[in-house]
Amino acid sequence: MAETLLGAYKVRKEFPGVLANDDISISLRPGRILALLGENGAGKSTLVNILFGMYRPDDGHVIIKDEVVDLRGPDEAISRGIGMVHQHFQLVPPMRVVENIVLGAEPTRHGLVDLAEARRRVVELSERYGLEIDPDALVEDLPVGMQQRVEILKALYRDADVLILDEPTGVLTPQEADHLLGVLRELTETGLGIVFITHKLREVLAIADDIVVLRNGQVVGETRPSDTDESGLAEMMVGRNVMLQVEKSVSRPGEPVLEVEELEVKDDRGQIALDGLSFEVRAGEILGVAGVEGNGQRELVEAITGLRVPSVGVMKIEGEELTGESPRQITKKGVAHIPEDREKHGVVAIYSLAENTILNRYHRKPFSIRGILRRDVIRLHAQDVVDEFDVRTPSISVPASSLSGGNKQKLIVGREFSDDIKLLIAAQPTRGIDIGAIEFIHRRILEQRDKGAAVLLVSAELDEILGLSDRIAVLYDGKIMDVVDAQDANREKIGLLMAGITD
Amino acid sequence: MSRSVFRIVAIPFMAVVFGVLIGALLIVSQGGSPAEAYKALLVGGLGDSDAVLRTLQKATPLIFGGLAVAFAFKAGMFNIGGQGQLLVGAVFAAGVGFGIDGLPVLIHLPAALIVGAVAGALWGGIAGTLKATTGAHEVIVTIMLNFVAGNLTDWLAANPWKDNSGSNIVARTPLIENSATIPTFGAVPVGFLLAVSVSVACWLVLERTSYGFEVRSVGHNRHAAQYSGMKVGWIMSSTMAVSGMLAGLGGAVESLGVDGRFEAGVNVGLGFEGITIALLARANPLGVVPAALLVGLMEAGAARMQYKSDVAPELIDVIQALILFFVAAPIIIRWLLRMRHDNSEQVQLGAGWGKS
Ligand SMILES: Nc1ncnc2c1ncn2[C@@H]1O[C@H](COP(=O)(O)OP(=O)(O)OP(=O)(O)O)[C@@H](O)[C@H]1O
Ligand SMILES: [Mg+2]
Repeated sequence: MAETLLGAYKVRKEFPGVLANDDISISLRPGRILALLGENGAGKSTLVNILFGMYRPDDGHVIIKDEVVDLRGPDEAISRGIGMVHQHFQLVPPMRVVENIVLGAEPTRHGLVDLAEARRRVVELSERYGLEIDPDALVEDLPVGMQQRVEILKALYRDADVLILDEPTGVLTPQEADHLLGVLRELTETGLGIVFITHKLREVLAIADDIVVLRNGQVVGETRPSDTDESGLAEMMVGRNVMLQVEKSVSRPGEPVLEVEELEVKDDRGQIALDGLSFEVRAGEILGVAGVEGNGQRELVEAITGLRVPSVGVMKIEGEELTGESPRQITKKGVAHIPEDREKHGVVAIYSLAENTILNRYHRKPFSIRGILRRDVIRLHAQDVVDEFDVRTPSISVPASSLSGGNKQKLIVGREFSDDIKLLIAAQPTRGIDIGAIEFIHRRILEQRDKGAAVLLVSAELDEILGLSDRIAVLYDGKIMDVVDAQDANREKIGLLMAGITD
Repeated sequence: MSRSVFRIVAIPFMAVVFGVLIGALLIVSQGGSPAEAYKALLVGGLGDSDAVLRTLQKATPLIFGGLAVAFAFKAGMFNIGGQGQLLVGAVFAAGVGFGIDGLPVLIHLPAALIVGAVAGALWGGIAGTLKATTGAHEVIVTIMLNFVAGNLTDWLAANPWKDNSGSNIVARTPLIENSATIPTFGAVPVGFLLAVSVSVACWLVLERTSYGFEVRSVGHNRHAAQYSGMKVGWIMSSTMAVSGMLAGLGGAVESLGVDGRFEAGVNVGLGFEGITIALLARANPLGVVPAALLVGLMEAGAARMQYKSDVAPELIDVIQALILFFVAAPIIIRWLLRMRHDNSEQVQLGAGWGKS
């Protein structure tokens, strides 16, 4: 059996102005899970992209099964037994699960695709690894957790003996994440090796065999779960002591800023997603919305920010009815929105960072005057956002697509926070962000609260909800199960409510 | 900076080089001499002031057609209806040109141009508005509108607006008045100068105004545009109207500056060449001018090439098709040049396809 299933030897990769990987060597052994840890922009995605043949290293080598290889592309990596689950799934939404899994490696009979055989193999695979899935469902109808399962099956179907997962739990609910960790553990029993990127230290400690920490493109430490703990890892990553839980003062709520009455909202398929919701958020308080994803959170945020028109009900901001108004009208009232899906709503990938920082304010002074963009003002503004929110980039003229995932998120948060905010709608505000930056963003959210903003925080992270909120509303099946004061809340209580159980 | 400019220009430039080289092979295979043929082509397009005038005249409507397609591309839409928009622009500009007399040039000529532009804008705007309100795909709608425009303008030229002087039996309008004719300074037609100014204006609008920012945002990421409070539907309809206006202006300039009237069947194909030009220019309004000049040069020199070296003028079409092929499939050029793939320089061209 090979010593090194997959490895990097003195790998170096430079992007214009950034040394993303600097002399990195790692080695993954059969049956083991290697966790890659590091700040946003440390070079984790770059490294695994090199291992998967997406980028060619400027220097150094990729090693597969003890053999130095020069990968010409992902195809070659796949044929050598490497599978990768990207953060952005590479699936064909209108096609069935089986079809997606076998696509490109279809079993054939008499020159035709043998779907029955494909289906049989897929069912067998999914049973063997405890990855239950409906092979006939359309991918577009599946929740993210299931889509990810399809991606994993896709790799296993191609006989992968290494799986690379780039922040697989970022998009999952805590329950789904736990299940995934269990599956991964089981997979290693057959000798499969796994490279796993995450920002969640708890997961690293729970599942990794080996931990490699990157900073500024270099390996700054290697350790094992038994030799460290969360704060040890945090310090290795960031190079300083990190507060895993920010301190907050008691809130002093004022007048209601957001009032929602009997709100009914339909989802994309015309089903009722929010069923007569009523609540309010006051100035100077944070209302956390907890709930398993898909219980109406997205529709709630979209209805409040004007992206979706409610079918029934009233939405008021500072007493003014704004139900069904356009996003622009609503923004004008001092509403800032950190969107849940940063790639879809948050940034325009090919725009420069500067252009991205004015996406929702380009039409106002001082960014444009009488319809003409003022590029010097825009650049100064962008530089401020980048400096203040520590967006790691060589310059504000590079396209947003060149930022690492977490740095994109910081850019969006920075953009939304650069105004006077009356109401902040924060949906998964720290998704994909490293712990140092989470601490920073949490502080900033609290700062907004203390300045008198009303904050609606929607998050799949229970710790985030419990740590920041003053009151917690639990959404289940489009209804609010209960609203709990933060002092009276704990993981168990909220967890039960999230499952739809009241006592 | 210079490196990125090089990267942007490299693909179209190499596409032209490969097109011309393969064209040379074709000439050889026909027993001709490429050197002689290409020399005749160049002399025919640049040899004297008449040749230059011909090239500039040919290039003028191509600039407008190319701008029309490029502008719509920026909002992620594929305006394949440049032909129809150009025809309505041409016929209504001619209508104003011959139908009114006794006006001073400074009023008559701009009026005719504006009417042509407005006709084109309405024609393009229909497709944009249908897309924004009903989701009808602009490619289908603009293709259908091409037929409507073709028949409408044929009918106008054959019936109410027909030239009834002498024994004319052709479907064409009377000659336009002198006061509506676009003048020429030496070898430089004023229409060409207008076209160049309009392309600079297009670039400025797209890159320097908040409206242009909206257009580009919708083109690159419609969801982010909506999230940012942009009125996506309005931007799509208005972009198609601007696109149609540009094509309509092209038609007007043809009627008022080149043909001197509208004649059924004369402008056929011009609108479609706009697609070639826009692709060659990689949807950059400033790139449209050199791209149109290149194609204009080939068309202006084609007759001389045939006369001097007996190469069929259709070779020009073949070369154009080859260039288009290489531009549209840059992967081939990258492979030929062993260029490494780099996502950051990709221009979104076919964004209108496949997305609902
Ligand atoms: N295609 C690219 N072009 C230019 N720079 C890039 C590109 N991809 C990554 N970079 C830069 O390389 C550095 C490392 O990025 P990488 O995506 O590997 O970080 P990461 O560790 O995965 O961060 P995150 O945790 O935020 O996902 C960053 O500074 C990023 O801006
Ligand atoms: Mg990453």
